[in-house]
Amino acid sequence: MTFSPEAASLRLSDSQVSCLASIAGHMIPASAEFGVPAANDPAILQDMLSIIDHRDHAAVVALLAHVDEAAGGFLCALGTAEQAALLARLRMERPGFFAVIENIVARAYYRDPRVLASIGMEYRPPFPKGYLVEQGDWSLLDPVRQRGRIYRDA
Amino acid sequence: MITNETVDVLIIGGGASGAAVAWSLADTRMRIVCLEQGDWPEPSRYPSTGLDWENRQFGDYAISPNRRGMKADYPVNDDDSPIKIANFNGVGGGTILYAGHFPRMHPSDFRVRTLDGVADDWPIDYWTLEPYFAINDRMMGVASLAGDPAYPDKEAVMPPLPLGRTGERLGRAMNELGWHWWPSDSAITSQEYQGRAPCINLGHCGHGCAQGAKASTDITYWQEAIRNRVELRTNCRVSRIETNDDRMATGAWYFNGDGEEVFQPAEIVIMACNGIGTPRILLNSASERFPNGLANSSGQVGRNLMFHPYGLARGTFDEKLDAYRGSRVFMWSMQFYETDQANDFKRGYSYQFTRGFSPAITAINGMADGLLPWGEGHHAAYLSLFERQAGMVSICEDLPEEINCVTLDPTLKDANGIPAPKITYRLGENTRKMLDHSLARATEILTVAGAKDIVTRAPLPYAGWHLLGTARMGDDPRKSVVNSWGRTHDVKNLFIVDGSVFVTSGGVNPTSTIQAIALYIADQIKERLHDLFA
Repeated sequence: MTFSPEAASLRLSDSQVSCLASIAGHMIPASAEFGVPAANDPAILQDMLSIIDHRDHAAVVALLAHVDEAAGGFLCALGTAEQAALLARLRMERPGFFAVIENIVARAYYRDPRVLASIGMEYRPPFPKGYLVEQGDWSLLDPVRQRGRIYRDA
Repeated sequence: MITNETVDVLIIGGGASGAAVAWSLADTRMRIVCLEQGDWPEPSRYPSTGLDWENRQFGDYAISPNRRGMKADYPVNDDDSPIKIANFNGVGGGTILYAGHFPRMHPSDFRVRTLDGVADDWPIDYWTLEPYFAINDRMMGVASLAGDPAYPDKEAVMPPLPLGRTGERLGRAMNELGWHWWPSDSAITSQEYQGRAPCINLGHCGHGCAQGAKASTDITYWQEAIRNRVELRTNCRVSRIETNDDRMATGAWYFNGDGEEVFQPAEIVIMACNGIGTPRILLNSASERFPNGLANSSGQVGRNLMFHPYGLARGTFDEKLDAYRGSRVFMWSMQFYETDQANDFKRGYSYQFTRGFSPAITAINGMADGLLPWGEGHHAAYLSLFERQAGMVSICEDLPEEINCVTLDPTLKDANGIPAPKITYRLGENTRKMLDHSLARATEILTVAGAKDIVTRAPLPYAGWHLLGTARMGDDPRKSVVNSWGRTHDVKNLFIVDGSVFVTSGGVNPTSTIQAIALYIADQIKERLHDLFA
């Protein structure tokens, strides 16, 4: 076996994208209360597809095939309630299998500017502005000093 | 094949230890070349500079070389280990991705056989290394608070990083329990220092510091070493060390960036490739003269691999804490570091306390922890977690066991056809008990701090950062690979300066100690130059 890294994004078929979109929508639905879109919002879904690279492609395809097969053909062919029930059952059976999808959906959803605004976070990279962290109360260390040394001589 | 001109010193690896030894030897005015398999990192392209900053920690800045799979990376077969390898290949090595948490090993760590009846004593002690710890703190730029009762006195180069709300909350809990805690020694500048800007709390230290506040060796040691005429050659992957009939190293074979095989002759060869890369090259250098691998007459090359098995505990608080802001690791506890006869294990562990998580990681962890549901309840549950989590990891001392080892994989190879390392590792019984103890105490701390929904996990699988012990130091050539000053017993012009030489692991992050050892060995080489090969 020879190690040959690849970098290109890999495409999913239309039916695979439909299955992924259904799963994402069940995972994180839209909420009027919180003012946020669902994870299968078109812009978020497009972003999601862009981050599925060679590192995750095989695992994603395998998961989607598993879900569609369990649905008797296509997850999207089931009603909403049936989809939710099936996904809950499959997640219960194989939580680790779904971790890849949860990871990818979360990475796309929680960088959408609408979502970040809803959780009170600026839509910007950390650098160069950075963030503020309070110094904190350094006198809290006084009791630690008073207890004295704890290391052993050697 | 190409053969270069002979150099005086050839260093293999441009990471934490390679940079330190290069800098120290530069004042000899010898001709020094370092071969590094990766490239120079570009801080302006680190993840924290872009809107995809969270995403890239799963891609080109992933901690696993197998996942990252970049050109500089070599694959590691870690299927037979519950702890997976983490590293970075490039100038700076692991310091590009480390947290900058910078504890020294403790005096007792060097005397574990004498004090606790386990493993072996080191042939050197804390006080041998103390001057080099101090030099290293100044070279790396370490922020700390003097007076930590868990250590002998040490100089503070600059003020510590802030405690923040997280530190206050957890510090109060530790005080209530009467347990030790202290702000970490951090290789992160809290003020302007030698041309480096102070930390601005990007919170993404683990994937390259765009601010240049975190001390990776590309911006510390290497800058001075290169000014002092050390040549650092990038994209050069060493495959094996060559020897002659006098059983001396004559240089190293490497593949350059164009895939050409080149021989670099040298009078002295220094290995600085970490506890996996170094035994990999030594084992791949087997020859008629050294049939079991180079410098391996003891059979100890690749054996005694030690990680630091990590236990994790995190909880959710009723107020917003620092979350994704600030260095993730910022304070420690050494309360359970030393052997306690009341415990059912020997030796101990440190805690490094951790702030919270960025948006996507909060969601990923929340779903994995069972705290963040799918469906309608997702959003409310998310807001109860985001910015409200904190916790700690325990770093457990891993005792050396021969069964835990690095060998050459019989089939897996890197892009140049060099055999990949294969890891065989089992968690020892002592370590299991230690992990259990650390999770129980961590739960107590978080409970006293007022956290709910406390999650614990051990060992963390993707935490094989600390690669130690695979070419151990010792006075007895039958039981060790290098002597007390870093020279291999078998090859008198071959030195090892990385974590491979650790006799035991201690229970703290090892970079500070690795670099102190590299500086110490460099001084030994300089002091003994007149009869170095005797």
